[in-house]
Amino acid sequence: MVTVIERKPSPAPSGPVSAAETARRKEAGGLTHLYKPRTPIHPKLVHGKWRNVKWAMLIFTLGIYYLTPWIRCNRPGNLPDQAVLIDFAHARFYFFFLHLWPQEVYFITGLLVMSALALFLATSLFGRLWCGYSCPQTIWTDFFITIERLFEGDRNARIRMDAAPWSFDKVWRKIAKHATWLMIGFWTGGAWVLYFHDAPTVVRQFWTGTAEPSVYISFAVLTLTTYSFAGLMREQVCFYLCPWPRIQGAMLDKDSLQVTYLRDRGEPRGPHKKDDTWEGRGECIDCNQCVVVCPMGIDIRNGSQFECINCGLCVDACNEMMDKIGRPRDLMGYDTDAAVAARACGTKPVYRPIRPRTIYYAVALTSVTGLMLWGLTHRAEAYANAIRDRNPVFVRMKDGSVRDGFTLKISNRALTPQTFMVSVKGLEGATLHAPGGVSGVTIPILAPADSTRGIKVFVIAPPDEMRRASIPITFTAVSPEISATARATFQSSMEIDR
Amino acid sequence: MTKKPPEVEAEKPTTGHEWDGIRELDNPLPRWWLVIFYISIVVAIVYWILMPAWPGINGYTHGIRGQSDRVNLEHSLAKLQFLRGAQAVKLTNASLEQIETDPQLQSFALAVGASIFGDNCATCHGQGGTGGKGYANLRDDVWLWGGKLEDIQHTITVGVRSGAPERTTRMPSFGRENLLTEPQISDLTQYVLALSGRSKDQPAVNRAAPVFAAQCVSCHKADGKGDQTKGAPDLTDREWLYGSRPEDIREQITQGRGGVMPNWGKRFSPEIIKALAVYVHVNAGGQ
Repeated sequence: MVTVIERKPSPAPSGPVSAAETARRKEAGGLTHLYKPRTPIHPKLVHGKWRNVKWAMLIFTLGIYYLTPWIRCNRPGNLPDQAVLIDFAHARFYFFFLHLWPQEVYFITGLLVMSALALFLATSLFGRLWCGYSCPQTIWTDFFITIERLFEGDRNARIRMDAAPWSFDKVWRKIAKHATWLMIGFWTGGAWVLYFHDAPTVVRQFWTGTAEPSVYISFAVLTLTTYSFAGLMREQVCFYLCPWPRIQGAMLDKDSLQVTYLRDRGEPRGPHKKDDTWEGRGECIDCNQCVVVCPMGIDIRNGSQFECINCGLCVDACNEMMDKIGRPRDLMGYDTDAAVAARACGTKPVYRPIRPRTIYYAVALTSVTGLMLWGLTHRAEAYANAIRDRNPVFVRMKDGSVRDGFTLKISNRALTPQTFMVSVKGLEGATLHAPGGVSGVTIPILAPADSTRGIKVFVIAPPDEMRRASIPITFTAVSPEISATARATFQSSMEIDR
Repeated sequence: MTKKPPEVEAEKPTTGHEWDGIRELDNPLPRWWLVIFYISIVVAIVYWILMPAWPGINGYTHGIRGQSDRVNLEHSLAKLQFLRGAQAVKLTNASLEQIETDPQLQSFALAVGASIFGDNCATCHGQGGTGGKGYANLRDDVWLWGGKLEDIQHTITVGVRSGAPERTTRMPSFGRENLLTEPQISDLTQYVLALSGRSKDQPAVNRAAPVFAAQCVSCHKADGKGDQTKGAPDLTDREWLYGSRPEDIREQITQGRGGVMPNWGKRFSPEIIKALAVYVHVNAGGQ
């Protein structure tokens, strides 16, 4: 008798197969991919009004980003002199004349709400101005394409080079391009960390290898994201990562100004020979210039679409062409869908910048801005908080009086030291006592500049068998310049002696 | 993947072992198992070289990394001492009053005091320091041995009835040692109650007056206010270490109980005791 256990290979799976598996099999067979492959876009250089606006915005916004951390601003004492600084180590945010504590983070929230509302308003009026001119993704991509053009030439040269076999010329140009991109990414990541530390100090620490690990990590992450977002992914960030192109559908309507192909003038389109008549045809000569300059790789003549960032480069390209063939400009331009439709029907276009939507956004923006300004001007310079002892809740003294212990925290947000006179309201005959033999109805507490002082404070109430077990009290801290109050409860009990 | 033809079992090599007609095939070990096995051997050898590993007769192999939990503990203790460093030095040099009034030193002392108190004192005095029956309440203004900073520091250092030469006084067990008779103790209980104005039996109070004068005044004083140098409590206030009811007082006169507190001076360095004294003083409201 011989018994042998033999492992048999499992049979090939039969029955239904998942979609992912099907895609994988097809891929293995060289048929298709699970994800849509990227179609390379080679935008052509264009000259014109909107291109110049974009150059100006590029220089302006990059200038703000790279130079802001170097602006100095005098502050008293040992406070940092960097005008814009997010100081995580000391939990402070400095912005020129303003310095915020972590508890005041609602100002940042308010700023974000304001930005969102401003974005809504601008979009419903003028389309995606943000996407076209000031979004960092657009700015850096534009910058990176400029670098690409510098090394590899304009559109046609780039297409030729990408199709050509590898050669020394192609290799060095590609290496130089990627190296320059990485260099820009390097400076972008480097500038980012300057916002969180004193700029000259952290630059010195960075190069001597003594900076904190967080500096190197943020620097490396920002370098790589800049390189990959602006260099490799480009328009895919807008298509697949950014929610805003999808949200804007809710902001735009037929009365929003946006980059539009004036279909009423352009159609029917077709090639035009020099001596042909312009009668009975549209002015679009189908030269495709609007398509080749588009950084998003779309044809704007198909109408408004979510990929369009409203940058106006196609407008410049079209105008250039119209000048060449001697037709009037602005076959493409900032216009509304309603105006195009009206002209197509032969009626006079009506522009309606004031619509329920824009009124609503404007009112919301004004009220939030007003609220923020009010909050900023009425910002409390002092803040107090009383945390009562939980163990013991209260102590009965030998003369029958009752004493509660509190940790009183006084935040002095002013930039000078303040002596607060602390008293308590709501408890008859109460006296205060602090360590170091400080006693009285009112006691002085010194709080250093821009810091929180926590101090043990005892509230002593005279003997009173009829006192309620829990009495709301209010601590009041008043300095010559600023003041704050803190609410608490005074606990006692009518329990008889032990 | 090409499919292998099934092998005929008779052609497979065997180990030559056979039991009751069952032969063992000489199958190779799985590759992954072997790889892990050899890696484990290498790791073990590296471990023996680096770390303490082999027991010997007079000890063990130490390994070249010098790893030792005991040494690590010493290192971290030294590190802790280094971290405390400057502040600990200040604690040593500053007076108790200076520690309590300086905001920085005070918060350092309170932090040190809180952790020491929680680990060592809270067992008897309670986490909140309010004590219990037989254990002094450290939060109120009643002090058996004095509530000034120096008094507290001294009490912590020498303890109470701890075997140290100081603070050895104790209350006699008047009942258990038959120093007083049962009726005398009853009358004395009424006298003690009368000191805080709670007796309704004036004749008993009158009867006990000479007994109190003879037995109790040496420590509790003629007015019953007690003596902090002897740890004798004030009998006129509302605070009672062993209870305020008449039967509690009678029990205490009978038994003469007295607490024991260790002399922490043997265990803690002077600056730790200073921090602890400041912690207790601050949290008691300070006398």
